[in-house]
Amino acid sequence: MTEFTLWDILRNLLLATRWTIVLSLVSFVGGGLVGLLLLFLRISAHKAVRIFARCYIELFQGTPLLMQLFIAFFGLGLLGVDVPAWLAAGLALILWTAAFLAEIWRGCVEAIAKGQWEASASLGMGRLQQMRYVILPQAMKIAVPPTVGFSVQVVKGTALTSIIGFVELSKAGTVVTNATFQPFTVYGLVALIYFALCWPLSRSSQMLERKLNVAHRNH
Amino acid sequence: MNYQFEFNWLAQYYPEIVKGIGITLQLISIGAVLGIALGIACAWARALGPAWLKPVVATYVELIRNTPFLIQLFFIFFGLPSLGVQLGELQAANIAMVVNLGAYSCEIIRAGIQSTQKGQFEAGASLAMTPFETFRHVVLVPSLQRIWPALSSQVVIVMLGSSVVSQIAAEDLTFAANFIQSRTFRAFEAYMVSTLIYLVLAVLLRQILAVIGGFIFPRRAVR
Repeated sequence: MTEFTLWDILRNLLLATRWTIVLSLVSFVGGGLVGLLLLFLRISAHKAVRIFARCYIELFQGTPLLMQLFIAFFGLGLLGVDVPAWLAAGLALILWTAAFLAEIWRGCVEAIAKGQWEASASLGMGRLQQMRYVILPQAMKIAVPPTVGFSVQVVKGTALTSIIGFVELSKAGTVVTNATFQPFTVYGLVALIYFALCWPLSRSSQMLERKLNVAHRNH
Repeated sequence: MNYQFEFNWLAQYYPEIVKGIGITLQLISIGAVLGIALGIACAWARALGPAWLKPVVATYVELIRNTPFLIQLFFIFFGLPSLGVQLGELQAANIAMVVNLGAYSCEIIRAGIQSTQKGQFEAGASLAMTPFETFRHVVLVPSLQRIWPALSSQVVIVMLGSSVVSQIAAEDLTFAANFIQSRTFRAFEAYMVSTLIYLVLAVLLRQILAVIGGFIFPRRAVR
């Protein structure tokens, strides 16, 4: 039987961490773009569009991410194409992230004083112009801390993609455990690597929030 | 796409689904009660507790909040036996959920405690209450009332997150869906049905927590 050193285990886990990082980035950027679109729908002037966006958000926030992954994995398969795990994983995570980001950003947009909408409307701006030149620049400032905070959830969410067979950090943990029979060490290391990825994000979110609060108090 | 949807299997397999719903509800009930209790204890320790305890609790909270629930579950179920702690899959799932919710609710409840006006503590002290008595009788309930909506959302999130306990073979709703799809090969339909059930459970749970909140906090919030 082969002996595995701690370095062997760690090296394999770190190699798999690359895929956790790539998937997190793809989900976050993709989710951000879809989320922005969803935000516009969510605060649209048309009631039907608003309701559609609300249902989308409710659906994705009210069901387990794991189920969404399963449905993406098996649902895409129904179209008759062979679905690789990374595609289902990326798609489900993007749609899931979008729902949460849209809701976070809606809160930020609604936190902007109503007078800003009225003032920009009185200057003859259309709705898109209002968003582009008046509302979003202000909302973006308060949106940064919760958005960075949510990125932690995205990184942790990628762990679930191991269940549909995408090989990232968690899956590598399972594979390495099966080879080494050292679950305590392996899962301990996996947890520490996740912690090393997530903690800086959590901390910077908290620090940004504190900075923003100080800036607001000086007004 | 010429796929025929078929839900005939529901007639045969609904007992599995009902059982799965039962386990999921059992897990979240125990998880919510013990998790919030742990959260209150940790929030007290972090906001008002002795100095040596604060970094210990802070480390626990940060470790849990920055690692995936799945890995916490695997660590407890697969990792702890090598320390001699053997756990059944339901026990491991319960412990993981309590530990997870404990960390998140600690932060939420702490925010409630810290938003308490200083005068409340001073009033308690002026009535010759010890700091702990003040916390227990004056500060705790209004603090919980202020953060109850946030706490409710977190309980719903943990309930939805509990779907991964199927990975250690705890027989919850997701486990039932996996079982059904392995028997019927109707994967898409099985997951569709269970996803809808989760949605209903989430909506119901939110309502139940709102009702419970109405019972625990009959009066309006005091700041």
